[in-house]
Amino acid sequence: MNALSSRQSWFLHGGLLAIALIFPFVFNSPFAVNFGVLALFYAFIGQSWNIAGGFAGQLSFGHVAFFGVGAYASTIVQMRYGFSPWMGLPASALAGAVIGGVIAALSFRAGLKGSYFALITLAFAEVLRIIANSVEITGGGLGMLIPMKQTLANFQFSERIGFYFVILALTVVSVVLAIWLKNCRFGARLAAIRENEDAALALGINVFAEKIKIMMLSGAIGGVGGCFFAQYFLYIDPSIVFGVDKSVEMLLVSMIGGAGTVYGPLIGAVLLAGLSEYTRTVTSVQGLSLVLYGTLLVIIIAFLPNGLIDLFRRRKKLSAPAQSVLTKSTSRES
Amino acid sequence: MDLSIIGAATINGLLMGGIYTLVASGLTLIYGVLHIINFAHGSLLMLAMFGVYYLLMKLGIDPYLSLIIMVPAMYVLGFYLYRFLIGKLSSGKDENILLITLGLSILIENLALMFFKGDSRTISLSYTDKMIEVGPSLVALPKLISFAAAMVLCALLGLLITRTDTGKAIRAVAKERMGARLVGIDVERVFAISFGIGLATLGAAACLLMPIFYVSPTTGHVFVMVAFTVVVLGGMGSFMGAVIGGLIVGLTESFGGLFLGESLGQIGISLIFILILLFRPSGLFGAKQ
Repeated sequence: MNALSSRQSWFLHGGLLAIALIFPFVFNSPFAVNFGVLALFYAFIGQSWNIAGGFAGQLSFGHVAFFGVGAYASTIVQMRYGFSPWMGLPASALAGAVIGGVIAALSFRAGLKGSYFALITLAFAEVLRIIANSVEITGGGLGMLIPMKQTLANFQFSERIGFYFVILALTVVSVVLAIWLKNCRFGARLAAIRENEDAALALGINVFAEKIKIMMLSGAIGGVGGCFFAQYFLYIDPSIVFGVDKSVEMLLVSMIGGAGTVYGPLIGAVLLAGLSEYTRTVTSVQGLSLVLYGTLLVIIIAFLPNGLIDLFRRRKKLSAPAQSVLTKSTSRES
Repeated sequence: MDLSIIGAATINGLLMGGIYTLVASGLTLIYGVLHIINFAHGSLLMLAMFGVYYLLMKLGIDPYLSLIIMVPAMYVLGFYLYRFLIGKLSSGKDENILLITLGLSILIENLALMFFKGDSRTISLSYTDKMIEVGPSLVALPKLISFAAAMVLCALLGLLITRTDTGKAIRAVAKERMGARLVGIDVERVFAISFGIGLATLGAAACLLMPIFYVSPTTGHVFVMVAFTVVVLGGMGSFMGAVIGGLIVGLTESFGGLFLGESLGQIGISLIFILILLFRPSGLFGAKQ
């Protein structure tokens, strides 16, 4: 994005938003709208992973912890305490942020980084899954069923298009957050931490506090993702909302699209939703889409470390004179 | 609580612990010594178990006899997997290895799902149901064999690492990569060999596991977290630690199930993993850093 002028960037964002707004009217079959909802949903939860794993370099394998906590928080607030399901949105954001803060404080206090952090987040998610499976308030292994009552006040829509615009709004918020992170001081400090934590510390950055903040923000987004999931599918259980595969999907969409970039998760999500829908309807071979995705992940790590977004960028860099790339990168650091 | 129930839970936990040790021993070498994070450990075990399964079903080769095929086959697979894929593509970065092995595990698991379908398979042979009396309870013979084999395997790996030239080279690379290169050790080759040995132990584990366990494309999931827990608990790179760690994890699971119930009882393993990483990252037997 950096290579674009501000006018080009307005065109790009405006154009993308316009496409997203028109999409469900042009392709108005339930299948197409469902596809749009899923793609945006993956982009949203992918962005949650992306701002921690991509922007701040805190690789997590257990991001589903936030997702699951959010799903349960919103459902419990609604079902056990009788609040409006819309209250589930702030409740899930809060729950995700709290869990994000706790996991981050514990892990970073112990000095865990890189693969150790990845593995401990996985373990935290597993602990939460087992707790959700064992206590009464979550309904245990049976899960929780949200009764169907299709009114706007009840966060349910008779047409899928309602959900489409909810998740579109959430995704827009997440993208705006990502753009803000790209340009603000906080984001710059995170980038410094990602590139070299010791150097960041030497520069006087409070690494511990910044990492906790970003994990709380990431957790809040993940939590809201869980709330949306619960309202869209109207059913949650521990192995669905705390399953390892969701963590992997969150990581995959942003790694493949481009970790640490604003639109990476969106690109990855459209691809993931597209591949899984296509292989399911056309070939009906179990597991094929994930085979492709696993292969893609390996290829990306090896050859396109910044994700598919690099395919667009490389060309630009090659055509731009080397000088300008150099000045740009130095000016951004100052 | 009845004493015999506790006795039975102890024996059951120890035997399960033996299995965990068996699976984790290879990881102790590749994760504990060389810090290569192999997230595909579980899926590669699953692959090896399908190998054992089909050797029996198609060619009628007894699982224990398969050892002489599976161990070298997995070694070769591991050696070349590292040489041409993991080592080459990760450019030596810790986190890239983690992600590439994650990609590999997704790939292997879903290929298995495509080719073998999702259902669980078990084998039954003349000796799979043979019971032996151990103290208060009856124990299946193959479980005892796998327990003994886990101990032998860890002892062998310990000897390999302390007594042979290869082991010396592995330790040198683990301690001081640049220094090892300077004295003429082919570092990349040592990595590939270690990865091969790690997978060879998985080959052995698969042969010993097949008579007592089931295999399905997701079998690996059961063992990934457990294997990492055993390695971290025992202490990075300590084979003695892997044995003790495996047994503790097995006992925790068994008593967790007994006292906390089937659902909450599973929490022990993940909790151990978290607590060790937070409070004693060197593990029980690892060198203090």
